[in-house]
Amino acid sequence: MYRYDEYDQKLVDERVAQFRDQTRRFLAGTLGEDEFRALRLRNGLYVQRFAPMLRIAIPYGLLSAKQMRMLAHIARKYDKGYGHFTTRQNLQFNWPKLAEVPDLLADLATVQMHAIQTSGNCIRNITADHLAGVADDELVDPRPYCELTRQWSSFHPEFNWLPRKFKFAFSASINDRAATRVHDIGVHLVKNEQGELGYSIFVGGGLGRMPMLGHLIRPFLPEVDLFSYLEAILRIYNLQGRRDNIHRARIKVLVKALGPEKFTELVEAEWAKIKDGYLKLLPEDIERMKARFDVPAYVDAASADNGSFDAQLAADSKFAAWAKRNLRTHVKPGYAAVFVSLKANGVAPGDVTDRQMDALADLAERFSFDELRATHDQNLVLADVAKNDIYALWQQLAGLGLATPNIGLLTDLICCPGLDFCSLANAGSIGVAQDIFDRFEDFDYQHDIGDIKLKMSGCMNGCGHHTVGHIGILGVDKSGEEWYQVTLGGSAENDAALGDRTGPSFSRSDIAPAIEKIIEVYLEQREAAEESFLATYRRVGMAPFKARLYDKADAHAEEAA
Amino acid sequence: MSTLIRGNAVVADDWLELDDETAVPSGASVIVSLARWQSGREALAAAARVGLRLPNTEDIDALWPLLRERPLIALQFPKSSDGRAFSQARLLREQHGFDGEIRATGDVQRDQLQFMQRCGFDAFALRADQNVDDCLKALRDFDLAYQHAARADLPLVWQLRRGS
Repeated sequence: MYRYDEYDQKLVDERVAQFRDQTRRFLAGTLGEDEFRALRLRNGLYVQRFAPMLRIAIPYGLLSAKQMRMLAHIARKYDKGYGHFTTRQNLQFNWPKLAEVPDLLADLATVQMHAIQTSGNCIRNITADHLAGVADDELVDPRPYCELTRQWSSFHPEFNWLPRKFKFAFSASINDRAATRVHDIGVHLVKNEQGELGYSIFVGGGLGRMPMLGHLIRPFLPEVDLFSYLEAILRIYNLQGRRDNIHRARIKVLVKALGPEKFTELVEAEWAKIKDGYLKLLPEDIERMKARFDVPAYVDAASADNGSFDAQLAADSKFAAWAKRNLRTHVKPGYAAVFVSLKANGVAPGDVTDRQMDALADLAERFSFDELRATHDQNLVLADVAKNDIYALWQQLAGLGLATPNIGLLTDLICCPGLDFCSLANAGSIGVAQDIFDRFEDFDYQHDIGDIKLKMSGCMNGCGHHTVGHIGILGVDKSGEEWYQVTLGGSAENDAALGDRTGPSFSRSDIAPAIEKIIEVYLEQREAAEESFLATYRRVGMAPFKARLYDKADAHAEEAA
Repeated sequence: MSTLIRGNAVVADDWLELDDETAVPSGASVIVSLARWQSGREALAAAARVGLRLPNTEDIDALWPLLRERPLIALQFPKSSDGRAFSQARLLREQHGFDGEIRATGDVQRDQLQFMQRCGFDAFALRADQNVDDCLKALRDFDLAYQHAARADLPLVWQLRRGS
């Protein structure tokens, strides 16, 4: 956990006071609707379909038990007793009252939390690998670099009124679990040939209306030059990004219009002017930042794993089925990272009740060094659990409805709030998620299907990352009715790719059967159980899927059109 | 005429904003458009001082030879959500060392003043509806900052940490 120092705390407290005054002026009628809108958005407050929605920042997904307990308290006191984890590792409350939001923020500030820059055309919450610090394929823990970047971007005087929102993701591992290629800036921590630590910088990825993968504009940036290089990129974007059309305003559009080479040239020229100035980090700045992160007091492997775990696996098949999907290898022998599935049947993906939050805080204290992580797949992770404790933890989770054994499986789907809550949405997504859950309820069948990422968004904005789902579902509005487009073959990982559209969209009643047909085709076409959906799709292409999904005549008509 | 904050105080504006047609009152300090300045400096000879009004789409680096001797540059916020002038101000101050007045004009309102100041603006022509006392307070919304910017007169978190 990163622990605030007095300066971090003071800045958050000052923002609460500032926002309280902005809210007061709005309610008193001295601050106009549009102006307040821009200001409240910079503090994560939307006005939604039914009530304001407040998005709380969880920097790089890391939460302490104490913070989780505060979120439970807020859910009870200001909301209807639940919260919703998002694809940006944030938490959203859907029912706070506008006039109470300053008090809510003051409560949050007591546990070193805030809603700063969780929306609006500014630099948003920084996301990272949810297994940071415990993954066995990691070069270095990316979180101190995320925190450096969080602080640099918080209340940045020059870059708070950008053409459009701006999202960062960091990864430091062989397998990219942070979807860095679909962010405005993706940062990979790397070593150069001399063994020095630095960054590869990708720019111009993004989802939404014009999905694109980021371009590598600098293969190696020295560790101390992070801020100056980011300022150079942001300055070019702030000055040259389009502001005439909201749908053409992301940095990806500028990179595409200029061409990645020309864009890189501009950034490098700007950087050359500022790289040796005051933005250069000192090695001790980085060391100091690392020192503010708690290091778990791991015990040795023999004490953490006395063999009982293996015996419990052998004795309890239900536990074994859960362990097979919901555990990940830990860099420390004797430990595992435990995934808490927020994708139970009958619950909107990512939703957690106040009671569950309190219980999770207790479990984090008891079993995982007081920490939890939110994943961009809308699950939680207890990252540092001794194997001796896993069985007891599983029993507790099962009692809370948080032990669905489906991590990485079909029903572990990503889904935005959709038409049920969001004022931007064209179509419902939670109901479709439920239909899919009902059709694939059998976990043996899901296990047979294997690793697959189904991602669903209720509109073009793509909060549900549908474009990079192995199967993507996009809700669209057709003359007042909800329809769903399907894409296949997307990925947000190392083999990042944008999905291909199957063809005409499906009605609300046909979408879940269509997913079932896609799965049938995959199971028929795969060469072995080990061949994943994505690998199979890449080998056989769209044709067999299309043939099953549409009458041949329809498919041809679509191609001709 | 809008209220002017310069430094941290309300002051009487000693500059006259001129459009492209109005004749220059003799001995006045005037702010004219870049186009007017470029089309004929002789016609402006009667002015005591000439400042320039610069659209937020102009390239500061390219224009610098024209700007360097000016005592005042007025940058524009056509609407508050358009943040290009923040970058223009920093370029003027930090990369070119401009030490005249940089004035914020247009949709200039309370909640952006401190960021403007940190980017190098030192005068603010407030939008007509703004409460002046509130605006003066706004320059002190934050007592410290994470970032160094054009003006480092706030305590900077990095420096405090390095010093501690």
